[in-house]
Amino acid sequence: MAEVTAKKVLFEPIFNNNPITLQIIGICSALAVTTSLQLSIVMAVAVSLVAAFSSFAIALIRSQIPNSVRIIVQMTIIASLVIVVDQVLKAYAYEVSKQLSVFVGLIITNCIVMGRAEAFAMQNSPVMSFLDGIGNGLGYGVVLVFVGFVRELLGSGKLLGVEILPLVNDGGWYVPNGLLLLPPSAFFIIGLMIWGMRTWKKSQVEAPDYKPAAHKVKEAF
Amino acid sequence: MSRFNKDSVSGTVIVALAVCLVCSIIVSGAAVILKPTQKVNSVLNVKQNILRAANLITGPVTAQEVEEKFSLVTPRIVDLETGEYVDPSVVGVAEAINYDQFRAAKDPQFSKALAGSEDIAGIKRRERYATVYTIENEGQIDRVILPVRGYGLWSTLYGFLALEGDANTVVGFGFYEHAETPGLGGEVDNPNWISQWPGKKIYDLEEGAEPKIHLVKGGVRANDPEANYGVDALAGATLTSRGITNLLHFWLGEQGFQKYLEQIRSGEASNG
Repeated sequence: MAEVTAKKVLFEPIFNNNPITLQIIGICSALAVTTSLQLSIVMAVAVSLVAAFSSFAIALIRSQIPNSVRIIVQMTIIASLVIVVDQVLKAYAYEVSKQLSVFVGLIITNCIVMGRAEAFAMQNSPVMSFLDGIGNGLGYGVVLVFVGFVRELLGSGKLLGVEILPLVNDGGWYVPNGLLLLPPSAFFIIGLMIWGMRTWKKSQVEAPDYKPAAHKVKEAF
Repeated sequence: MSRFNKDSVSGTVIVALAVCLVCSIIVSGAAVILKPTQKVNSVLNVKQNILRAANLITGPVTAQEVEEKFSLVTPRIVDLETGEYVDPSVVGVAEAINYDQFRAAKDPQFSKALAGSEDIAGIKRRERYATVYTIENEGQIDRVILPVRGYGLWSTLYGFLALEGDANTVVGFGFYEHAETPGLGGEVDNPNWISQWPGKKIYDLEEGAEPKIHLVKGGVRANDPEANYGVDALAGATLTSRGITNLLHFWLGEQGFQKYLEQIRSGEASNG
């Protein structure tokens, strides 16, 4: 990134430099919490806030952080913010926090938060870092919300708990696809998303690591 | 004064300490400020689970509905040694609902240590007085909801077992707090599994006083004469399943509510 502008740090991560589809990080939680749209949205908001505020705090003290312990300092700040988020959820969104269970705590190990702290906040001003955190949280959120939308709609025939496709069990016509409620389905959906993104934006296609050499030696008869 | 050198040993220690101090203030501040709201939530959650076990609510409910339905429920305190109700003042509270039996289980004055062979539920200490929740109809017990707990694989499972007025037929059973493996032991929360419980019997009253309900590995066969006392074990969660059988046997056995349930059956459970 040559120049840093507010617009760029905020919107680049959504499609052009999406943490999940381009950088392929933060996949673990994207698989686990996207069984319903509501959980996806809460998780996306939580990650955005943690990423934004931790980047802000780290950028604020970036010239004071000793090089030898910088990762630990970043972790401490991120972990504290995650605990705060977890406590707030327990107080004001008890049901959701019970469903998210350990995955709120696991935001600490989300590569996106850590990655932005190390790669961006350590070199940039607090405000830019804050926007960068929000932007990356949005990029993560876009993927989560999309996956959550597909999984909840086709897996349980609902969106945000409201029935959209009446299920056969309740006298409707839709036979839910149970696979979509299991983690592998999120792999398929994210895989298809990455395919779609790279078809749309050709520049995201990675160069092949190697090219098989032409076959020259006769080994078999 | 020389410039602050962040990369010197003392600089590193100072920055690390300062970061820790600030972070710990933020974390403990959040925990202290939010504690009352969280407490309200967890009390509501317990009430909701009592009602769910008793089959009084299904599906999503609002806090108000929970409070409304909970007014049908009478909390009472039972002496597990005798099976009789005691006045809340015995355990030092004004209202039975305020009694915290889990705290009492840690207090030597109100609890006893369990010997290894007695302690099948893995709870180490058992309180003398337990809270039960009854739903009464014209002085007759219609349903009774018992708190149960015991060790599974990783964690103590806390739940409620609701019985009919005959103190033998299950109305509902569910756990509200546990940390078993999601997808394996964690399937105790699966509505399909929970839905097997209603109608099961606890005791074979002709045979004896020992609880017979248990989880069956491989599933209950429909033509099994014991099918009434069996519930499918959880696939891939042998130790959690064993823990559930054990905790039921403990809490429905002589260390638990057995005497109290006998009193209900003989119609002697009075308002004490």
